[in-house]
Order: sequence, then structure tokens, then C-alpha cells
Amino acid sequence: MAVVTFVSHDGDTHQAPLEEGRSLMQVATENAVPGIDGDCGGEAACGTCHVVVDPAWAERVGSSEAGEEGMLAMNPEREPTSRLSCQMVLCEAWDGLTVRLPEFQM
Amino acid sequence: MVVGASHAGAQLAASLRQGGWKGEIVLVGDEGTLPYQRPPMSKAYLAGKNTLDQLAIRSAAFYAKQEITLLDDSVQAVDRTDGRVTLSRGGSLAYDELALCTGARVRRLAAPGADLCGVHYLRTAADVELIREAASPGRRAVIIGGGYIGLETAASLSGLGLQVSVLEATERVLGRVTAPEVSAFFDRIHREEAVDVRTKATVEELVGTDRVQGVVLAGGETVPADLVIIGIGVEPNTELAAAAGLQVDDGVVIDDHARTSDPAIVAAGDCTSHLMTRYGRRIRLESVSSATEQAKVAAATACGKSQRITALPWFWSDQYDVKLQIAGINTGYDEIVLNGDPAEGRDFTCYYLRRGELIAADCVNRPRDFMFSKQVIIRGGQVGRDELALQAVG
Ligand SMILES: Cc1cc2nc3c(=O)[nH]c(=O)nc-3n(C[C@H](O)[C@H](O)[C@H](O)COP(=O)(O)OP(=O)(O)OC[C@H]3O[C@@H](n4cnc5c(N)ncnc54)[C@H](O)[C@@H]3O)c2cc1C
Ligand code: FES
Repeated sequence: MAVVTFVSHDGDTHQAPLEEGRSLMQVATENAVPGIDGDCGGEAACGTCHVVVDPAWAERVGSSEAGEEGMLAMNPEREPTSRLSCQMVLCEAWDGLTVRLPEFQM
Repeated sequence: MVVGASHAGAQLAASLRQGGWKGEIVLVGDEGTLPYQRPPMSKAYLAGKNTLDQLAIRSAAFYAKQEITLLDDSVQAVDRTDGRVTLSRGGSLAYDELALCTGARVRRLAAPGADLCGVHYLRTAADVELIREAASPGRRAVIIGGGYIGLETAASLSGLGLQVSVLEATERVLGRVTAPEVSAFFDRIHREEAVDVRTKATVEELVGTDRVQGVVLAGGETVPADLVIIGIGVEPNTELAAAAGLQVDDGVVIDDHARTSDPAIVAAGDCTSHLMTRYGRRIRLESVSSATEQAKVAAATACGKSQRITALPWFWSDQYDVKLQIAGINTGYDEIVLNGDPAEGRDFTCYYLRRGELIAADCVNRPRDFMFSKQVIIRGGQVGRDELALQAVG
């Protein structure tokens, strides 16, 4: 089974089955992964689904587009490979993807 | 036992499990669907861009896995002495902890003809399905109420090819919630999208033989209509709480821990009224972010932990290619600072200050300003006017 892995800021890992066509945020909330809220339901309006993509994956998953970038720009926990997980639509080829979660969602 | 299965109820049930609640969890809802996202009802869902399945807050499998029982029923009464609720399909259920997440319902228009066929309200997925059936291209839709929901509905229906009019009774759209400059901006973009926006338009009556055919305004003019959608605000569903003897003041009164006046009952979402220290008064918010936060706090309280409702209120709205994000509540502002020009183009931010401190911001296609404002307001609002006016665009 294809999986994605979430690593919390203090090192706990959570794995969730990769569901093609759904967003990484949806997969996280479906599997009760702590640390991802997704308050706006995936509209890139709230910023509570921030993840930091493992640099080894950064190129494959691509970088944020303009609106998403604006939401991330002011975030104090922002890193070069930060994304909003609601804007990352999963495909099979992402089997094994690992993302880190910031300490706070804001 | 959680009463009401929408944003607040679904979050509360999920957070109870995450917080370590070992007992049974029953989520009672009366819409006959899985809890779904409500904001898209006037936006993408009305515009036909997604299905109700895609809008489910969580899938059926999630509730099964978390051992949350979904009950399609409606709670008629709460008996606090025995700790039981009565269900409308008969029978009753016992509870140890009760959570009221009954939300709000639309305010009805008190004008003759408001019950004609072809007159709709917009709150639930069932409402939207009826509107969509009637919304064929070329038809004339008249929207009564120039608030966020009315304007979003106008944008979605005009996108579907209908001829849309918006009737607003006061002198400007969004009058209760934004500065005149922001109202003027939304007025302009709707006109640019060929929506007929009429302010100071008081509805006298709705006319038609079987179906609605027009809306008569004070002054005598009749605006022709094939369908009418009324969006004049909501009223909280507090009857259940009031009948059970809980304190109600506009909404069900809750403290910082989301407890009602009965320590065995918590409440969250649109049905609650909370004394917000930040604003020094009781406020009943109508937003997903607040429903979700209150639900998380209520779940913690029910699990015997102590969390507080503290988050800054925020809200968003989508109309055409305009994404508005609002941080904070602007009540009591005495000054605004604009960054960008609301009279031209489609991006700017309107900052609201009170005694020189930032209290709220309306950010139009400016996600960066939104996140910036949130942080400044949370820190206490100290910011230089120059910084606001010069803040990097984006
Ligand atoms: C068209 C529309 C657009 C919106 N857009 C936005 C937006 O862009 N951003 C935003 O933040 N907010 C938006 N909102 C507001 C947001 O949807 C609400 O704040 C949110 O739904 C509140 O959630 P809730 O669970 O408290 O209440 P509700 O969503 O009102 O749900 C309450 C549920 O409880 C059920 N219920 C009530 N009484 C009983 C009973 N006795 N027994 C069983 N079930 C019962 C009701 O049928 C309902 O399903 C919008 C609302 C609407 C209608
Ligand atoms: S879920 Fe709100 S920004 Fe991603």
C-alpha cells in the first residue's frame, strides 16, 4: 500500500494511506494526524495545514503557487520547502513522501 | 452525545476521540447527510464545481474507525435531571456529557408572498439543490440581502449564466461589516460582472400567481424574477437549550472552556454566545474557524482537560476571482488605513485601527497582508501606520 509519512515537530511519525486525487491535508485529517487542522476545508484561506516537505521530495511535489506563497510568506516557521498541504493533490508516484509538521499552525 | 452534525459537531466528536474519550460517542444530526462543509454552499457547490461527497468534513470510514455513531434524528428535548435526550423518531438516550452544536437557521423574510414557489433560502445542501434545479442560464434571479452570502450567491449564479439583481435595504452592501470603501469595492466588482446591485431597496412584497414573478419595492417598482433567494441573516438554534433551562443571551451562553450554565453540558459553534476578553463583550460568531476552535475546547473540557477559547476570529469570502480574507472584528474602529486602491483593480487591504492599534483587516487578494495582520493583532495591534501603508504587496 502506498503511504505518506508525517513527522511531528518532536519527532513522532504518523503514516497514512496515500489516496490518489485527494489532498495531503484531507488524508491527514481523515487519519487523525495531529498537527494539521485544515480549518478552511482546503481553500488556501487559513494556513492551518502548513507542512515542510522533505527536501529530497521538494522537486517532485513542486513549489507553492502565488496565493499559497502569500499565505506562507509571513509564517515564522516557514522553510524553503514549506507548502500548504491542502494544495498538494496526491498521485501514486508520491508513495513514500515524507513531510514535517511545524510546532504551531497559525 | 453531540447534538448537531456540522462543523462544530463533527470537530467536537473527532476531538473527543483524539483527547482520549473512551466511552461511546453519538453524533445526532437531522440533515440526513454526512457532516459537510457549509461555506461552499454559496460558492463552489452552488456553482456546480464539486459534489457533496467531496465536501464531507470527514468520510464515513473515519467515523467508523473512530467509533463515532452517526444518528440521523433530531433531538426534541433535554432532560438535565435524568441526563437524557428525547429523539423525534421516538425513544430517548442517556448521556454523561452533552454537547450542543445546533448552529443557526435562516431568518425568514416577513413580507407578503415570501412563501411563494420559487422563493428560496440558502443554508443547507438541500436548499442549494433546489436552487440549482431552478437556476437555468438566462433566468432572472433576485437576491434579497447584500451581505456576504447574498453577494457570494450573486457571483455563483451570474457564473451559471443567470441575470442577477441584488436588493439591499440599507445604503450600501456589506454595510454592517465593512468600511464604506470596501462596500464600494464590492459594489463595483459586482457591477463589472453585470450584476444589477440596488441599494436602499426595501422589499414590500413578492408577487406571482403560482410561482414568484417579481419583487415589489417600496416606491412601487417591480423587479422581475424567475427565482428569489433570501439572505438576510440567521438566528441561532437556542430553543432546545432555553427549554432545558440553560442560560441563553442571543446564543447559548458559554464560558472560556465552552461550558454552558450546566457543568455537564458544553456548546460550540453558531449557536453560542461567548464573552470574549479581547472585545470585552459577549459575541455570537458565525464562522467555521470559531465553530472549530470552540469545538476543540469543548471536547477538551468534556475530557477533563483545560483549554481556553482564545483564537482571533477570522473569516473569508470568495466572489468571482476575488478572495477576501478578514482578520479580527472591526467593531469600534476609529480610523482606516488603505494599502492599494479599492476604487481600481482587485487587490488591496483595508486596515481598521482603534486608538492607533490594529484591530482588524479586510484583505482582498492579499493573503500575505492577512497573515501579517493576524500576527500583529494577536500581539496586541501595535503597528506604525507607515508600516501598514507600505507593507509589501502580496
Ligand atoms: C452559504 C453559507 C456560506 C458561508 N460561508 C462562510 C465562509 O466563507 N467562512 C466562514 O468562516 N463561515 C461561513 N459560513 C458560516 C459557517 O458555515 C457557520 O459558521 C458554520 O456552519 C457553523 O457551524 P455549526 O456546526 O455551529 O452550525 P451549523 O452549520 O448551523 O450546523 C448545525 C447543525 O445542527 C443541526 N441541528 C440543529 N438542531 C438540531 C437538533 N435539535 N437535533 C439534531 N440536529 C440539529 C442542523 O440541522 C445543522 O445540521 C457560511 C454559512 C453559509 C450558510
Ligand atoms: S486547509 Fe486552510 S489553507 Fe489549507
